[in-house]
Amino acid sequence: MSTATAPAPVPGTRFRTAGWVLTDSWTMTRRGLAHWARQPVQVVVGLVFPVMMLVMFGYFLGGGMALPGGGDYQEYLVPGMLALTMAFGLEATMVAVTQDLNKGVIDRFRSMPMAPSAVLIGRSVLDMLESSVSLLVMIGAGLAMGWRWHSGLDNALYAVGLLLLLRFAMLWIGIHLALVAGKPELFQAVQILIWPVGFLSSAFVSPASMPGWMGAVAEWNPMSATSGAIRQLFGNPRPAGDGWAAQHAELLAVVWPLALLVVFFPLAVRRFGRLGK
Amino acid sequence: MSPSPAPVPTPAAVPTPAAARFPVAGPAPGTDPAPGTDPAIAVEGLRKKYGPKAALDGLDLTVPRGTVHGILGPNGAGKTTLVRILSTLLRPDAGTARVAGFDVLRRPDEVRVRIGLLGQHAAVDEELSGRQNLEMFGRLYHLGARAAAVRAGELLERFALADTGRKAVGGYSGGMRRRLDLAASLIMAPRILFLDEPTTGLDPRGRTEVWQAVRSLVEGGTTVLLTTQYLEEADQLADRISVVDGGRVIADGTSDELKAEVGGDRIDVVLHDPADLGRAAAALGAVAGPPTADADARRVSAPVADRMTALTETVRALAAAGIEARDIALRRPTLDEVFLHLTHRPAMEETTA
Repeated sequence: MSTATAPAPVPGTRFRTAGWVLTDSWTMTRRGLAHWARQPVQVVVGLVFPVMMLVMFGYFLGGGMALPGGGDYQEYLVPGMLALTMAFGLEATMVAVTQDLNKGVIDRFRSMPMAPSAVLIGRSVLDMLESSVSLLVMIGAGLAMGWRWHSGLDNALYAVGLLLLLRFAMLWIGIHLALVAGKPELFQAVQILIWPVGFLSSAFVSPASMPGWMGAVAEWNPMSATSGAIRQLFGNPRPAGDGWAAQHAELLAVVWPLALLVVFFPLAVRRFGRLGK
Repeated sequence: MSPSPAPVPTPAAVPTPAAARFPVAGPAPGTDPAPGTDPAIAVEGLRKKYGPKAALDGLDLTVPRGTVHGILGPNGAGKTTLVRILSTLLRPDAGTARVAGFDVLRRPDEVRVRIGLLGQHAAVDEELSGRQNLEMFGRLYHLGARAAAVRAGELLERFALADTGRKAVGGYSGGMRRRLDLAASLIMAPRILFLDEPTTGLDPRGRTEVWQAVRSLVEGGTTVLLTTQYLEEADQLADRISVVDGGRVIADGTSDELKAEVGGDRIDVVLHDPADLGRAAAALGAVAGPPTADADARRVSAPVADRMTALTETVRALAAAGIEARDIALRRPTLDEVFLHLTHRPAMEETTA
């Protein structure tokens, strides 16, 4: 073979890989941003949906809601809805990853000399970005509905941090489920199951108002931990509950997402690496 | 307008900014083990099981550089499994596979920069435009943003996709999507290209477009491994063909060699009156090999040893029997007949996956 037709040699060596993780992750993030630019309606619908829920629960149902410990229901609802929106992000992540896996474009990514982790990192950056925007929109909507934080901006920002931590944990559960199932059929199961799991928490009502064992389960729901903790941080009314979990919501709001991450992050990464086996 | 793919570039014919940064022409000394002498693809004893079913059952294959090698076989023969292992997407259970001189398991990244893959399903992002796709893949090949953009422009031009603009790939025709997929496979001007059933699901025009693109690519010296279940496709494109069945190679050779194995040429007699089928078969059997009859096509055919003798004797035998023929033709056997001969069953039978 003449030198003129010899193909491209590999630029660099294996040391290049560390830098590739960053550049490739950025390329994958740009890909997602380009999707947003092409589907603005979809993005807007995704942002409006939780606001719609907020309005539905705040105004349609809220009038009939009385908190066992007293207090304004709007003030109680907004933090719960913020936590629920973060938790429901699991579904969005799962749908996005499943669609990618079934599209065949993943095969091209995997047959290229790119950093394989970039596919997952790009997805996390995008989803966290989307959720941050969603949080901002919802906080704006909450303020418009009369909700306020009462304990200073620093506590409010810490609360936002806890919400994003919950979202990050849900993100990796979503990636793992998508990799395990790999088929759109599982969406439906998750889409349906996420509602009772989401409602079996302190997001909308105090677990104390539920039948005994259900209330106990609801108090231990990671979403209850986060919503309990951020209610404390925002200075909003908290669910009346004397269980250990209800009393230690601030601790659990950190421990729960971290524990979920410790389990699902390695599982998801391992699954992704094993796509070829 | 009818888009037809323009000639595909040889690596040397495409001076890009990328070429300046990562010399596309000219080997980097020491990066290839024994450059120029290794076969493009060397596979030994490859095995892969899905559950109890062996997709590959000890497959051996050698493809010399610069050739087009056809892998011909029915659904489920193991063709796609082979391509996925060679393109580093799948790990084999046993055996070795070297591509461009590199072991696919030990040095996957070295393999990945030297190959292009065109799978059965378009591996492009349907929501993005063709240009966005090619730029994205160029960046992921680490060409850098500017070089990736330039390369994308060249490839769009070359594959007659330059006027697609911002249109999302989801709105492309099947042939356009395949061409974009092929363009994406060629960003790095790979020395080895895997084409897994490249024309499955395309209409005849799309098929011709892909064939033209592959041919011009081959003129540039690229090694191509082509899997297909279309016998005509292997016949049209491949220098050599391996017939695969049950996860192993059951025959290989040039198209002519494989056809010779079935017993050389054949004579076809198409009759006026289907009622003559039995008598025509008897007449043909007397002057040629064992005849087969196809009632729907009103055709009798048989293998022959010597073309001209067989032709004259057949005409004479039919005339003597008073049978009127609509058409008499000598032809090479088809690869369908080769497959039937090798496996004792038709190539295109429906297999349940």
